[in-house]
Amino acid sequence: MTNNKSKTLRGLFLGAGFIAIAAFIFTGCPSQQRMLDTGDAAQKVYVAPGEHDEYYGFFSGGYSGQLSVWGLPSARLLRVIPVFSQDPETAYGYSEETKPLLETSYGFIPWDDSHHPHISQTNGDADGRWIFINANNTPRIARIDLTTFQTREILEIPNTGGNHASSFVTSNTEYVIGGTRFSIPYEEDLDVPIDSYSDAFRGALSFIAVDQQSGRMELDFQIIVPPYNYDLGRAGKGPSSDWVFFTTYNTEEAHTMLEINASRNDKDFIAAVNWRKAAELVRDGHGRTMPGEFYHNYYAGKQGYAVNDVKNGVTVLDTREIDEDFIYYLPTPKSPHGVDIDPTGEYIVGGGKLATVIPVHSFSRMLEAIENGAIIERIDGIPVLDYDSTIIGEVENPGLGPLHTEFDGQGYAYTSVYISSEIVKWSLETFEVVDRIDAYYSIGHLLITAGDNVNPEPRYMVGLTKTAKDRYLPTGPKQNHPAQLYDISGGRMQLLKDFPTIGEPHYAQAIRADKIVNQVAQIYEMEENDHPHAIRRIADNRVERDGNVVRIFMGSTRSHFRPDNIEGIRVGDTVYIHLTNFEQEWDVVHGIAIKGANNTELLVAPGETKTIKWEPKRTGIYPFYCTAFCSALHQEMQGYIRVSAADSDVQLTWRTGTN
Amino acid sequence: MVLAALMLVALYYMPFWTISMTAPQYPGGIGMYIHIDNVTGHNRHDLQNINILNHYIGMAEIHKEDFPEFEIMPWVIGIMIGFGILAAITGSYKLVITWLVLMVIIGIGGLIDFYMWGYDYGHNLSPDAPIKVPGMSYQPPLIGCKQLLNINACSWPYTGSIFIGLSMLFAGASAWYRKKQ
Repeated sequence: MTNNKSKTLRGLFLGAGFIAIAAFIFTGCPSQQRMLDTGDAAQKVYVAPGEHDEYYGFFSGGYSGQLSVWGLPSARLLRVIPVFSQDPETAYGYSEETKPLLETSYGFIPWDDSHHPHISQTNGDADGRWIFINANNTPRIARIDLTTFQTREILEIPNTGGNHASSFVTSNTEYVIGGTRFSIPYEEDLDVPIDSYSDAFRGALSFIAVDQQSGRMELDFQIIVPPYNYDLGRAGKGPSSDWVFFTTYNTEEAHTMLEINASRNDKDFIAAVNWRKAAELVRDGHGRTMPGEFYHNYYAGKQGYAVNDVKNGVTVLDTREIDEDFIYYLPTPKSPHGVDIDPTGEYIVGGGKLATVIPVHSFSRMLEAIENGAIIERIDGIPVLDYDSTIIGEVENPGLGPLHTEFDGQGYAYTSVYISSEIVKWSLETFEVVDRIDAYYSIGHLLITAGDNVNPEPRYMVGLTKTAKDRYLPTGPKQNHPAQLYDISGGRMQLLKDFPTIGEPHYAQAIRADKIVNQVAQIYEMEENDHPHAIRRIADNRVERDGNVVRIFMGSTRSHFRPDNIEGIRVGDTVYIHLTNFEQEWDVVHGIAIKGANNTELLVAPGETKTIKWEPKRTGIYPFYCTAFCSALHQEMQGYIRVSAADSDVQLTWRTGTN
Repeated sequence: MVLAALMLVALYYMPFWTISMTAPQYPGGIGMYIHIDNVTGHNRHDLQNINILNHYIGMAEIHKEDFPEFEIMPWVIGIMIGFGILAAITGSYKLVITWLVLMVIIGIGGLIDFYMWGYDYGHNLSPDAPIKVPGMSYQPPLIGCKQLLNINACSWPYTGSIFIGLSMLFAGASAWYRKKQ
């Protein structure tokens, strides 16, 4: 009896000890709460009134579908750019000009989930021409022009389920990449049993070519790959710039209860794709054309209506059909999430979210392994390289759940670690952790200023975290997601600031402001307004009827609309108000809102023309007014529209001026 | 004296006067350049924006076409250049002095004309103006700075005037030199 009892006790002690040791092994030394003393931290983030921040930060909106623009280090919100979701404030997705941008092969979609903004690059450094961002749910990539901070183009990606491994660019923006998070039957509308997964489902990696003058995207080709989940991607740099790397998980090919079934294998893969060779194979006719409907939406001119260019086929390379090798699998522990390439282009860092180490592959060793034929097997024709032949280091004690890595250009990497909620800094020379700091709470992505460039700037780091809990004044059961700003210019990471964000930022990027500020437009030049329904001179204002369609060509200037009295509209008419803002002064915006319109307002920037559709359903007098406080007599900037019965014979008239 | 005459050629290429205005909402300023044949904005759209602001106080819009001076001035300067060269060729002291006197007359005439225009724009206000401040007129300063409601307006000679000055200086030197001979 006594014996038994002591055995049980000993067992308990052993168990507790084991758990403690296990916790220590998994998480390493506990992180430290470290902050500059308050005064210094405040000084480092203080940007005096009227002064500008040193960096633009572009934060993805996650489930908001948008892209927010921040000044760093002050963490001031500068703007929210609508991309994949309707925005009633700016009429994005409501105005006739922008509605076509949100059209897809599934019809109009008012929302998406935007994850990974990526600034266009030249020679591996962000150049500030455009920023791309992916839609995760209904796969698309958008291009935002960084002169107007306006979404100019959205390209749908066919044969893809969850475009998560996107929208990363190659070193000279030759390509933007896309990757399927879900494998699905390649023929998109194929009606098959879900448990035919391994036979009928395939992955697709997309390569979108970018025109260097206009920025216009074109789906150049897709690579059909085994049915895994392709999670994240990154282009190589310098010596590896002809390659892109994708992480995979679910090499188990599970289609249900993935949290268990896709977590069985010790290693999944990083797929290394020689995109230059793949592009050559396509040019040499090794691809075949597969059907697949997708929308390509863009502005053909400077202004006007976005157009829908509907495509019906895509060139694919199928690894099962092509003898030449252009894609390799690097075994990587375990369900890797991020794949990040160091500034020299040599180290390929996997974020094995269930791994106990951070695995680092060597690009030059990978090339040697290919040369030496260190191939352990082939999957659908894809060579799987021997783990030991490509790996160069495993970072021990990285915490639990390493996800994403950025670099400071001083020989260090910084990896976000989700479960243990911290950032670990480690050496690219010794592969040892040298510093760690807490994240509040549960960090996803992180950014370092220019931290994915060939020339990173070791100034600031931002951790994008998932839950705020007690960090700010509480705002109910659902709170905004936080971000933390760290100073990394010294030897150790220091927390400077903790601030709430917009939506749920996943990846974010920061670019030195001087790469962008001088190109930013202050107005749309009236002389260059090529909108088909713009009026060139405010005196050209008029109203035209064509059957039931009435077009009001309206102009606005401080502080009136022309025309501002309109009669002869009838119930049953479809009315388009084309409002041209004649201002040519920075930031002088006019809006328009009509009582009872089942639509949003318009906000029209100087020199811009926008259109709102209005279908009046009741007779009466409809007031309209300028929604932007444009001038001292803003409150006088108003008008009336008379709506008569459907069979009325009230003449169509319009006027402004004399009472 | 040739140099004096040729200095005036600069006036065809650059403004000789500027009116600049600052206000809280115009941190970068806004303003006009006056050339011998045109009036332009400091920035591309300044003139339009000045006209928009001015309409609130009922001031007439400023348009190049409303100033016959812009038709005449290039001729006047052209004649003065020709006359100056003639004076140089003949080497006549009297002609140089006449040229100088004419330049002074043109200068004074120009300033009077400028003042008259300023007076006209500043006082001849539309009775329909939304903003009426009793007793307030908006005549820009002839030279120097003046606060007009929220706007501080400054009027100064501009680069072209340096060449006018140089021109007259050279002509003066030329006259002095000739007289000495």
